[in-house]
Amino acid sequence: MNIFVCVKQVPDTETKVTPNGDGSYIETSSIKWIMNPYDEFAVEQALLHKAANAGSTVTVVRVGGTKDTEALRTALAMGADEAILVESADNLDSYMTAKAIKGAIEKSGKTPDLILTGKQAIDDDCLQVPQILAQMMELPSVSVVVGFEGDGNNLTLKREVEGGALEVYTTSGPVVVACNKGLNTPRYASLPGIMKAKKKPLTTHSLADVGVSDDDQRIKYSNFQLPPEKPAGKKFDATDEGNQASVVAEVVGLLRTEAKVI
Amino acid sequence: MAKVAVFTETQGDNVKSVTLEILGKLAGQEIDVISIGDVSDSGLAELAKYGAGNVHVIKGDGLDQYSPEGYGNALKEFIGNGGYDYVFAGATSLGKDLVPRLSAMFGAGMASEVTNFTMDGGTFAGTRPLFAGKCLAKVEVTGPKPHFVTVRPNALGLPESPTAGAGTKNDVSASAGEIRAAIKEIIKGASEKLDLTEANIIVSGGRAMKNAENFKILDEMADVIGATVGASRAAVDSGFAPHAMQVGQTGKTVAPSLYIACGISGAIQHLAGMRTSKVIVAINTDPDAPIFTKADYGIVGDLFQIVPIMTEEFKKMLG
Amino acid sequence: MINFEYSQEQKEIREMAMKFAKNEMQPVAAKYDESGEFPTEIMKKAWELGLINTCIPTEYGGTGFTTVDSVIISECLSYGCMGMNTGFMANDLALLPIVIGGSDEQKKKFLTPFTEEFKIASFCLTEPGNGSDAGGIKTTIKDGGDHYVVNGQKMWITNAGFADLFVLYGTSDPELRHKGISCIVIDPKSEGIELGAPEKKMGHKCSDTRAVTFNNVKVPKENMLGNPGDGWKIAMKTLDHSRPLVASSAVGGAQCALDHTIEYAKERKQFNIPISGHQAVQFMVANMAMKTEAARLLVTKAAWLLDQGQSNTQMASYAKAFAADSCMEICTDAVQVFGGYGYSKEYPVEKLMRDAKLIQIYEGTSQIQRLVIAKEIFTRS
Repeated sequence: MNIFVCVKQVPDTETKVTPNGDGSYIETSSIKWIMNPYDEFAVEQALLHKAANAGSTVTVVRVGGTKDTEALRTALAMGADEAILVESADNLDSYMTAKAIKGAIEKSGKTPDLILTGKQAIDDDCLQVPQILAQMMELPSVSVVVGFEGDGNNLTLKREVEGGALEVYTTSGPVVVACNKGLNTPRYASLPGIMKAKKKPLTTHSLADVGVSDDDQRIKYSNFQLPPEKPAGKKFDATDEGNQASVVAEVVGLLRTEAKVI
Repeated sequence: MAKVAVFTETQGDNVKSVTLEILGKLAGQEIDVISIGDVSDSGLAELAKYGAGNVHVIKGDGLDQYSPEGYGNALKEFIGNGGYDYVFAGATSLGKDLVPRLSAMFGAGMASEVTNFTMDGGTFAGTRPLFAGKCLAKVEVTGPKPHFVTVRPNALGLPESPTAGAGTKNDVSASAGEIRAAIKEIIKGASEKLDLTEANIIVSGGRAMKNAENFKILDEMADVIGATVGASRAAVDSGFAPHAMQVGQTGKTVAPSLYIACGISGAIQHLAGMRTSKVIVAINTDPDAPIFTKADYGIVGDLFQIVPIMTEEFKKMLG
Repeated sequence: MINFEYSQEQKEIREMAMKFAKNEMQPVAAKYDESGEFPTEIMKKAWELGLINTCIPTEYGGTGFTTVDSVIISECLSYGCMGMNTGFMANDLALLPIVIGGSDEQKKKFLTPFTEEFKIASFCLTEPGNGSDAGGIKTTIKDGGDHYVVNGQKMWITNAGFADLFVLYGTSDPELRHKGISCIVIDPKSEGIELGAPEKKMGHKCSDTRAVTFNNVKVPKENMLGNPGDGWKIAMKTLDHSRPLVASSAVGGAQCALDHTIEYAKERKQFNIPISGHQAVQFMVANMAMKTEAARLLVTKAAWLLDQGQSNTQMASYAKAFAADSCMEICTDAVQVFGGYGYSKEYPVEKLMRDAKLIQIYEGTSQIQRLVIAKEIFTRS
């Protein structure tokens, strides 16, 4: 089977994020880059599926900048066989990213049997690439996957939806699967794996090589700013039985309208 | 003015609230609502109240159950013939899965999960959080129309005095086309409580709970709001709750969206376990309890009186 | 040309080792400290990921790490738990004499199995009556015809209760002092070996430390590393690698204490502000940070010199003494910054303070390191 995994490089979750000088993006000079955490589940699932289907290869694809290459190296160190990098700016929109991935997969000459991605990238939180990619490649897709069973192309996939319910999908052909936390336990890259990774094939393309141009841009971001400061805590006196009900009603209302947590 | 389609989902007799929030914000535009599957009379009335002009109800083979391919194929045809400038939907489980595929069917762009937007001169400009909410940015869509937008539920709120629309129902047939990944079954959400470390809402009890029995009132609140119950070290040491429920330095570290601390003083060991909670509510009789310095909403009062009242209020709100 | 940048691989190695330390070791360190249970599962997991036995060369199945790579790994594992890392490092301390003084067959026989299966080793040098005066050890290795006979008692032997391999230093005649010392590999299952009960210690509680008695233990002649009398030379060369290794564990412990302290100082308020705003605390934290980085640099240079094939004995002693002494000071200051909470087992720093003490003692006390340094200085000048 030809298994492809799409990975993105994103700022570490602990990184302090601040808008840059002109608000066109965030300040990237002191960012620590990591593999998008959801993509780890995708890489792990690819490796598990490879192990269960003899003769399979796992190719990891990334669209992004070349300054740091953590995501691809980590995937190779975990056990992926080869890597493809499409060089671009780090903050390409979902449409261009999906189109670049499609181009890279087609250029590899390997017909994909399974394409795995993380459910979302924790930088732009768009949750679009898996479905756009699937549609562009004329494949079905299942997102937010927390259960993955089956041999070869016959898969049973569990998708997590609101209310904690699970939609169980079955597929019998190539499919794009967007993985969620809880699907598996991503393995550590072993140290020998890290040493072997640099010898694995890495192919680099430009956006033009994979048929993507500036005309493919669909989203424009501007005016990056920090969210408004959390307002100071409010304290309510409910010691008097007479106003307890109204105080509680007010707080519960604020939890919905102001805090937006209910 | 722009011609806008708003995709809606229904929940029983009701239309999902996020649809009404979107309609409210689109006041002044030419608004059509699209539903796959029937909309009840009360649902139609609500849609009309918030500004829907036409309500197109699409039915057809293969559409009784959700599938991104099926819904996508059915909507593609309808939207393609409609000449819409924009297609909006709520960023629900279904919306987040369907709309990207649908937008790709048109080779068009999609703005995900906006928390606010304007339609000045019929042109969309949105605001959305990025980097897990650590920053906000303005988002605009370029390229071929229609442009697609999903909106985060509860972000816009409902307008006080909405502008009503005609709410004319129109039945449409469409077909799902080929579905290669289909739902075989749906497993209902178990009422199993999430582990503290995964929970989105936590209700915790402290020494003031007085005994293990009393934790029942916290269980009741938790059942209503879908929370997991935790405890402070003081409560655990006194035998009111098992160690597995302990939140704090030597217990679990939690990061829920909402943490309700009942009768917990807020000693530094407890704070160590829950201080990254997005919103903290504290209920304590001592107005000087340290927890109030961390709480977003502090209620000075007796938890045995406040908690049941709050549970009732939650019941009223969540229906 | 000086380059202070780690290579891409070293950055990834550090990243992965730190991830292991934070996810696998730190969450359970207090539990193992409390129970004293040997962390077999964790050591095995570390072995599976290639984090242990970093000294084995590629020709014998090892990953081929440089000394600099190995001190990076050890620092991270020590960050996870100094006690667990003592057990992990003991493997290298035992295998290094084989790497340095063993023949090709001996390396294949003794090192390669450690790369194929999870195994534990102990090195046996110290005795009840001889610690710093290692040259005066009394355990004898006598010629018994077609085998050697080992008699004596060893003390403070790490991993003794779980070892698959012992690497022992003994003498043909104590009067000869270091000239009589040899190094030999012993199967722990040999007849005549008696293990003492695990010692109850101040810290490194999950590390298995015991007395081991050798009563007329027969050892095959082919187990001797090099020739009789080569032991001291092998030991000194081993220290050139193992001292930076142990020093790096002090750096890891210090960094852990520093990180906990910074977090706490930002949270804890006194006199209406977080204590990070009080100069007394700021000065302590500044010193802690400065010394941790200085220790790391000394360790890295000592490791680098060895990799360059240059003499590193003096630098290794600088690293060991400075890192261990700094770690003790830093962990003690961490408890101080935490105040009353630092003294409580509820917070992690009291364990770090207890663990730090041992690093000033083993692998050459801080006092012995200073003797080594002075000797290097005065014999050269």
